[in-house]
Amino acid sequence: MIPELGHFALIVALLVAIAQGTLPLWGAYRRDPALMALAKPAARAQFVLVAIAFGCLMWSFATGDFSVDLVAQNSNSQLPMRYRIAATWGSHEGSLLLWVLMLTGWSLVVTLRSRNLPAALLARVLAVMGLISVGFLLFLLFTSNPFLRLVPAAAEGRDLNPLLQDPGMVIHPPMLYMGYVGFSVAFAFSIAALLAGKLDATWARWSRPWTTAAWSFLTIGIALGSWWSYYVLGWGGWWFWDPVENASFMPWLAGTALLHSLAVSEKRGTFKSWTVLLAIVAFSLSLLGTFLVRSGVLTSVHAFATDPARGVFILVFLALVVGGSLTLYAARAAAVGGGASFAPVSRESLLLANNILLVVACASVLLGTLYPLVIDALGVGKISVGPPYFDAVFLAVTAPLAFLIAVGPIASWRRAELPDLWTRLRWALAVALVTAGVLPFVMGNWTPLAFVGLFLAVWIAGGTVSLIVQRFRPAPQQGFAAKLRANPAAWYGMVLAHFGVAVFITGVTMVKGYGIEQNATMDKNQTVQVGGFDFTFRGVVPVNGPNYAGVAGIIDVSRNGVALPTLHPEKRIYNAGGQAMTDAAIDKGFLGDRYVSLGEPVSDKGVEGAWAVRLYIKPFVEWIWFGCFLMALGGFTAMTDRRYRLVVKQTIAAAVGAPA
Amino acid sequence: MKARHRRFAWIGLGVIVLGVAAALVLNVFQSNLVFFFTPTQVASKEAPQGRPFRIGGLVESGSLKRIPNSVDVSFVVTDTAQRVPVVYSGLLPDLFKEGKGVVAQGSLGPDGTFHATEVLAKHDENYMPPEAGAALDAAHKHKTMSMPTLKDAK
Repeated sequence: MIPELGHFALIVALLVAIAQGTLPLWGAYRRDPALMALAKPAARAQFVLVAIAFGCLMWSFATGDFSVDLVAQNSNSQLPMRYRIAATWGSHEGSLLLWVLMLTGWSLVVTLRSRNLPAALLARVLAVMGLISVGFLLFLLFTSNPFLRLVPAAAEGRDLNPLLQDPGMVIHPPMLYMGYVGFSVAFAFSIAALLAGKLDATWARWSRPWTTAAWSFLTIGIALGSWWSYYVLGWGGWWFWDPVENASFMPWLAGTALLHSLAVSEKRGTFKSWTVLLAIVAFSLSLLGTFLVRSGVLTSVHAFATDPARGVFILVFLALVVGGSLTLYAARAAAVGGGASFAPVSRESLLLANNILLVVACASVLLGTLYPLVIDALGVGKISVGPPYFDAVFLAVTAPLAFLIAVGPIASWRRAELPDLWTRLRWALAVALVTAGVLPFVMGNWTPLAFVGLFLAVWIAGGTVSLIVQRFRPAPQQGFAAKLRANPAAWYGMVLAHFGVAVFITGVTMVKGYGIEQNATMDKNQTVQVGGFDFTFRGVVPVNGPNYAGVAGIIDVSRNGVALPTLHPEKRIYNAGGQAMTDAAIDKGFLGDRYVSLGEPVSDKGVEGAWAVRLYIKPFVEWIWFGCFLMALGGFTAMTDRRYRLVVKQTIAAAVGAPA
Repeated sequence: MKARHRRFAWIGLGVIVLGVAAALVLNVFQSNLVFFFTPTQVASKEAPQGRPFRIGGLVESGSLKRIPNSVDVSFVVTDTAQRVPVVYSGLLPDLFKEGKGVVAQGSLGPDGTFHATEVLAKHDENYMPPEAGAALDAAHKHKTMSMPTLKDAK
């Protein structure tokens, strides 16, 4: 009964979405307020309906209703409750339903936070989001219905993939999808502006908080995915340039470019048509990511489904969205117009460089991700693109980008003077050069890569500190609290996010430069020394989880005779599928992690004898995710800026006076 | 007039920078392409010597051997038509099993042994890596359709 209710709610949601996607658009064209006013209630109703459907599916998972095919495929009576809930979006169908839930959720928030948007703009924005929703609901209902019954019902479910039975997996997909889908708002704003042929600074101010929100969620989602792969896959890596990772990274790169170009559009009225194009690209890449992951064209744990009908559907949908919006762009971009001029050295030109570098980075990831697929599809052969390609290209593109982070916020709009920049940044430069020159010697190994990485990290941090100092130093008559208040939240957000980049680069540089990885065979009570730490293997003991059984190794760790926390890496066999899984043990620390995972018994004595063990020292690795967290926190801080709430008054002023 | 000249200079500079960037990217790209070969292709000497590539197929049952008290292993990858011996030093992934699909990256030694630097099995256990599946299909077709001619040619 419950699954049928969910199915029915989805069908009604589709009908509502069709109404939401067409009538307000027609109303905006005919200037008919009654039709335009339909958008709001339709968007809200759609959210409620999709939420009901999602709740029904979650209920089926929570109660373990194995008469529902999806539940039988992805759950098990032994599965703990939190993973039953997470299993709702652990499968292809469920994750698409989550996608639509997010989309309608964002639409709902748009209706709540836009009381004073011009009626025609709101109608168009919600209609565009409704049309996207139509596409996804059709896809769900016709190719990936999550509510299909299994007759006769299964006695027992096949279990959720053990790799996904992890706390990180519970929140990674919702965060990632919040980001992916959030770009649909910026996209809808852009399409609405193109349809109206009117795009001004107010438009940029409306789009900005939405883009920032989506970008922050996406940042968290990607970081969680990376963190998950670090401790679940047991390889100690945090980024593999896997096509699935790239699929989420490309919208992030385009979104980062969009954030910065929106800043120029808002403050200076320049880059407007470029900004619109970036919004289209960011959302198209989100759709492409969904296609890559969901169509089963990739080999990876994420590719749950292999079904050509689905692939063709998403490809057609993608072609319609991308083709349609680019055609509209080509027809209307000229009407959007250029903007104020700027000097070769100015904040505008630096942000332009930022955008070009980010787009080049994005394009190179796209090339490396899609080329093997194209070659395969053409039947020419099977190839893959090695991580060294991504590493090399990325370093070349992001090093200048990182260098500019310190300069951009300090340069003035319109025209900046080089001598002035030098005066403001020389201390940061000196500190960065000295630190990067000396610290690698202290670490025991000076490499050009470590130098570049540390230089950039300290340079960004130093430049940002200079920025803060120079903002706070003038006007000494004010109190510190007054000065704190004088700076807008958006500025603090930027400062936080840029510090985040510095922290992130530090983590990457240290792990790449000074991480140690060693595979060893360890007999009972044998000690292996790795990077100054003594690892002593004390054998294994049996462990029993709720839905798995296995062994846990006992590995004592000490440094110079001082005992550190003992590590317990596990080797599990899951009851339902008999699948083996390694659970790494990590002793996390501010200055680095000690990471141990069990391989297999290597002697003829079986589990009682020697084991193959991976021993890793990962200096500063947690800084990678902490940096991402700071970036996202910066984004959320920037969103709270007062001026986004003041938009209301200025909207009215703009509507009365200023030309487009 | 002056503004227009400046714009041309900017566009020209942009085109040059993009061109150089594209050339560099494509160069690195070219040198990092990893090609895939089936055991049959390896046996017929189609695979390059020295340059890294990937092979895929099934881990032959009974072929997995461990060198005692080390992390060195050897096994045989087969597409049911041809066999390629593989040596690897390191821990095998959880889903590596005899009789199951596998993809390995590495290079071919002069003695015809494949020295794997990476063994990939990042899939669930009912799932065949597409490369390994393709290798089996190709070998199957070959055997049923053109095996006699192939022998004649040799």
